[in-house]
Amino acid sequence: MSWFEKLIPSRIRIEGGNKRGVPEGLWAKCPGCSAILYRAEMERNLDVCPKCGYHNRVSARRRLEIFLDQDTGEEIAADLVPTDPLKFKDSKKYKDRISQAQKSSGEKEALVAMRGQLQGMDLVALAFEFNFMGGSMGSVVGEKFVRGVNVCLEHCIPLVCFSASGGARMQESLFSLMQMAKTSAALGRMAERGIPYISVMTDPTMGGVSASFAMLGDVNVAEPNALIGFAGPRVIEQTVREKLPEGFQRSEFLLEHGAIDMIVDRRDMRDRFASLIGTLTHKHRI
Amino acid sequence: MNLNFLEFEQPIAELEAKIEELRLVGDDNEINIQDEISRLEAKSRTLTESIFSNLKPWQVAQIARHPQRPYMLDYVARIFDEFQQLHGDRAFKDDHAIVGGVARLEGRSVMVIGHQKGRDTADKIYRNFGMPRPEGYRKALRLMRLAERFKLPILTFIDTPGAYPGVDAEERGQSEAIARNLLEMAGLKTPIVCTIMGEGGSGGALAIGVGDRVMMLQFSTYSVISPEGCASILWKSADKAPLAADAMGITSDRLKELGLIDTIVAEPVGGAHRDMDAIARSLKQELIKALDRLEGLPTDKMLESRYQRLMSYGQFGI
Repeated sequence: MSWFEKLIPSRIRIEGGNKRGVPEGLWAKCPGCSAILYRAEMERNLDVCPKCGYHNRVSARRRLEIFLDQDTGEEIAADLVPTDPLKFKDSKKYKDRISQAQKSSGEKEALVAMRGQLQGMDLVALAFEFNFMGGSMGSVVGEKFVRGVNVCLEHCIPLVCFSASGGARMQESLFSLMQMAKTSAALGRMAERGIPYISVMTDPTMGGVSASFAMLGDVNVAEPNALIGFAGPRVIEQTVREKLPEGFQRSEFLLEHGAIDMIVDRRDMRDRFASLIGTLTHKHRI
Repeated sequence: MNLNFLEFEQPIAELEAKIEELRLVGDDNEINIQDEISRLEAKSRTLTESIFSNLKPWQVAQIARHPQRPYMLDYVARIFDEFQQLHGDRAFKDDHAIVGGVARLEGRSVMVIGHQKGRDTADKIYRNFGMPRPEGYRKALRLMRLAERFKLPILTFIDTPGAYPGVDAEERGQSEAIARNLLEMAGLKTPIVCTIMGEGGSGGALAIGVGDRVMMLQFSTYSVISPEGCASILWKSADKAPLAADAMGITSDRLKELGLIDTIVAEPVGGAHRDMDAIARSLKQELIKALDRLEGLPTDKMLESRYQRLMSYGQFGI
């Protein structure tokens, strides 16, 4: 507050007076470069900042919509809903957290699975809904993942999974932990059959999700600047008691340390993945 | 306060101290106080039994982490013969938080792999408090593949607070190392029996915990996150760990009820550390029983039922 403003009696002062009255939702500020962007233009650009290339998080449905050929997606296991096997309660009941997450995200669970096409090739695509309890993995996420894999095995078609998750869901305790083993085992069957699996790690991919299927791609891909790792940065900082290096656990760091094959811009994904899958399966595209 | 006793065991500690005192008096006194000592000993036993038959999950977690609790190599010495430790992941290092090697179990050749914690401060640091780095999991996987090649059943022993959350561990791919083990263990063509001996800490435990039979020592725990970790996230305070321990269902009886483990190995009254030889004998019997059962199965049947068991994990509705 400037000295002049301090002179004005408080009842005429306007809080946040320098904010202009911009209609909600028409413009968006890029978290990367702070540029003010026209939202419709951002959407056309797949929620990537046209100025700096910052990748905004996108919902599961939007992800699948922009990845699959138009109107080819058919949802798999859409009817699965979470239960509360432990009657878990912290400051809130798990049941209430579920209904709240369902309301705010519009999804029944944190993973959406679809069979569809990518440039004419059949495949199964999975996408995490980060707005559903931080994309955490419980029984339903594990089961949907496996059902997606089973469609791949049955029809001999590739799998692409877009991860965005804080890790295992604490409210389902050991059931959640076991989803790591369940999903990884299913991928073993894919590998045996020689069916390609591309894992795409988006911001963030942590904990039990990163330590299971997300790191097991035949090709591991990350979006630019995504946070990817096993332990959260705060936990590590508390353990080693030192400041973490700049860029630690970001996509570029993982590429440098050999954990992923490539970083792919969201706007290039359809072309790059169609080419990759085509090459791996000896298919010639028209 | 006797440090060999946990907080909730203090009534037992007081009784034991009294017995000890009486013994000292008895040595240089004519009066026969043997009767009194016997009476107190009986009382101590009953008290211990009653305390231990009604433990809260958080108390079990403390026993699972008891500084005197037997560790991997304590069991190896008591259960197996001809143990030869095999070191290193052949790529980077030998991780001291996981030990493994070939051994004999009543004449039968086996591969044993487990987390190792340290007893004193120097040893604890050497073992990194039982928290493996990626090279530990990769060593474990190398030994498991060796076991498959030579048709040795694999016995894993779990006791870790979790995989090490450190900068170097992340740099070398902690996530990938754990994930790879999960995938590979699901398909190894040899029987795998996993035993949780103490702390079953999340992914760091599961990374050597996928198998045909999963057993837990009575007072061990197995959970997706430590009670403190869960409490600090969901209750915003690590002090609420007892509540988190209750809510998560981390004890052997609860997990057996939920169908997530197969066998509970009963511990001596007061916990495994009160009688290492006894708990080792019980564990040995259970390991032999589990192997006898698995070795009767054709490999493809065994692998299919291992797979189906993994696929059955989880509860959901429609």
